[in-house]
Amino acid sequence: MKKRIISVLFALIVALAPCTAAFAAEQSEIDALKGTKLYVYNWGEYISDGVDDTLDVNAAFEEKYGIDVIYDTYDNNEVMYSKLKGGGVSYDVVIPSDYMIERMIAEDMLDKIDFSNIPNYKYIPEQYKNLAHDPKNEFSVPYTVGMVGLIYNTTMVEEAPDSWTALWNEDYSNSILMFNNPRDAFAIAQSVLGMDYNNESPAAWRVAAELLKEQKSVSPAYVNDEIFLKMESGESAMGPYYAGDFLTMQENNPDLEFVYPKEGVNFFVDGVCILKNAKNKLAAELYINFLLEPDVALANAEYICYASPHTEVYSNPEYSFYQNEILYPEEGKFKTQLFLNLEPEILALMSTLWDDVKNHVPSTGNGNRAFFFGGETESVISDDGEAMTPEAKRYALYIGIFIAVCLAYVIFRYARKKYRENI
Amino acid sequence: MNNRSSLGSKLVASPYIVWSVLFIIAPLIFVVYYSFTDAAGNFTFENIMSLSKYAPTFLRSIWFGIVATVICLLIAFPIAYIISQKTEKVQRTLVMLVMLPMWMSFLIRTYSWMALLQDTGIINNLLGKLGIDPVHMINTSGAVILGMVYNFLPYMIMPIYSVMAKLDHSMVEACQDLGGNRLTVIRRCIIPMSMPGIVSGITMVFVPSVSTFYISQKLGGGSFDLIGDVIERQFQQSYNYNLGASISLVLMILILICMAVMNRFSGDEEGMVI
Repeated sequence: MKKRIISVLFALIVALAPCTAAFAAEQSEIDALKGTKLYVYNWGEYISDGVDDTLDVNAAFEEKYGIDVIYDTYDNNEVMYSKLKGGGVSYDVVIPSDYMIERMIAEDMLDKIDFSNIPNYKYIPEQYKNLAHDPKNEFSVPYTVGMVGLIYNTTMVEEAPDSWTALWNEDYSNSILMFNNPRDAFAIAQSVLGMDYNNESPAAWRVAAELLKEQKSVSPAYVNDEIFLKMESGESAMGPYYAGDFLTMQENNPDLEFVYPKEGVNFFVDGVCILKNAKNKLAAELYINFLLEPDVALANAEYICYASPHTEVYSNPEYSFYQNEILYPEEGKFKTQLFLNLEPEILALMSTLWDDVKNHVPSTGNGNRAFFFGGETESVISDDGEAMTPEAKRYALYIGIFIAVCLAYVIFRYARKKYRENI
Repeated sequence: MNNRSSLGSKLVASPYIVWSVLFIIAPLIFVVYYSFTDAAGNFTFENIMSLSKYAPTFLRSIWFGIVATVICLLIAFPIAYIISQKTEKVQRTLVMLVMLPMWMSFLIRTYSWMALLQDTGIINNLLGKLGIDPVHMINTSGAVILGMVYNFLPYMIMPIYSVMAKLDHSMVEACQDLGGNRLTVIRRCIIPMSMPGIVSGITMVFVPSVSTFYISQKLGGGSFDLIGDVIERQFQQSYNYNLGASISLVLMILILICMAVMNRFSGDEEGMVI
């Protein structure tokens, strides 16, 4: 309730606030943008949208500048990338994650931002600037930051897990969830194996893939946002997901708890970027600056529940997640790694290995479990793909029998027809 | 006279011709083009050659498709027969009931099955109240096939029903007059005569079952990867249009072969009617 009242207040403040910021662009240039369109492409549920009396950020922007915001959403970086790369769409503003920003910079898809038009950039603290994916910080402005952790249901696990290996625990067969996207899934395996998430060695990725195949023996369900349903309803015992989303789930099911596993976790930064072919660049910069207005950023942080890289938000005692231990853990308390862009060959390898993992059917025994948890280092890495698994042979047999039966029937009918004609 | 009517028929057909050129022929050409080129646009057989590793997925998809189609046929045939025996007014209501689920999005219905089937779902809660041990249903191959049968059943019922509703009743009466009992009438008269409906029903269920991807992800928990899932991943996740296109091409060819065989089969059956 408190949250709601605050948001209403902010909505008022935003509506009344005069244009205080000092833009490099002339006021007349800004006025000339009235009636133009700004195309924004963002993650789903990733901006305060006016539901439940929250601030409707896009509407407030439209009101302030008279620029129409055309807003579309995607559900992961790869979908966004494929859409943009496939052509046929044109956006001005996108909000990809770190490694995707780096990839898009490398492929010349992003335009440099004119920071003189973004005076509110001063609210971003140094620790979130010049990160490895955008070393000179020319292309992106941090929007949200966060970490991946392990969500578990206290009524379903005997002791609180503190390690990613809990996701391989056969006691919880059929009630373990796993990321249904290769990058995050591999990161968990790489954490367990003590590897770098941005490993450039194909052999290392193969080892990680073997570990993910190994996980099939606990029959994990590979999920994206179905995790909300499955964790909140008490269907699943544990699953990895983003810290901010855990807070949303916990509101609906107080039995849920959260831990940052000791092997280390992924730390991500989603940044606002302007695309190379942006048709309305100045409006895009105004939009980015508007997102950094302290009240707008606060409304977004309240709505999204992810950690905010905005000094005026996280140091505001009124903020619901002020000094929240999950969103804002002490610096250096947990081991974190950033995703970086991978070489095209490694990306292609990751895709094929992921196909193999999804395709893999565990043998009934728990064969090489010992390999990963017993500490032996002998290589058991098979080459790409499994030509004919026992399961595939079984299906081939069934299909063969089915076709044989159909054929036999047809031949029988035909023979009978001939026989009757002869009588 | 003849000329004008052919011009007229061309005019009438033109919207469909334009449509199919734009949205069927052109995409097919793209599929073929992408299948035989690499990322740089050079001609290659590599995509097609690399498909052998997906053989298990192809086999799984085809087997699931066959099972779903057979179950649909077994359920749909009696239903279609029963509906066609009713008076016209009742028929209309029953047909509407068959179509009713399709008023809601396919995605939402599949998502709801997830809530029904899960271990803490509605079905298991009911069983628990009745004192029966919970049954693990979600994320099994059975759940995937159930999803296919549920979603594609109307496509089997409708064509069979529409053929049966137009059956020449004098044939059925002739069969009865000649001393056939009910079973014989169905076996020797109704089944052969409704064969065109059965064949198109099988096509309309088998093709989408083999190529589906959403059902296997939601009800199979992503553990029963079907070929549609692999194709979807190539386009959405991996940005590998070439591999995705070549899998699609092979899938299309496989389905075409199945259909050709089916049509042969049905042509043979129709020949048996008289």
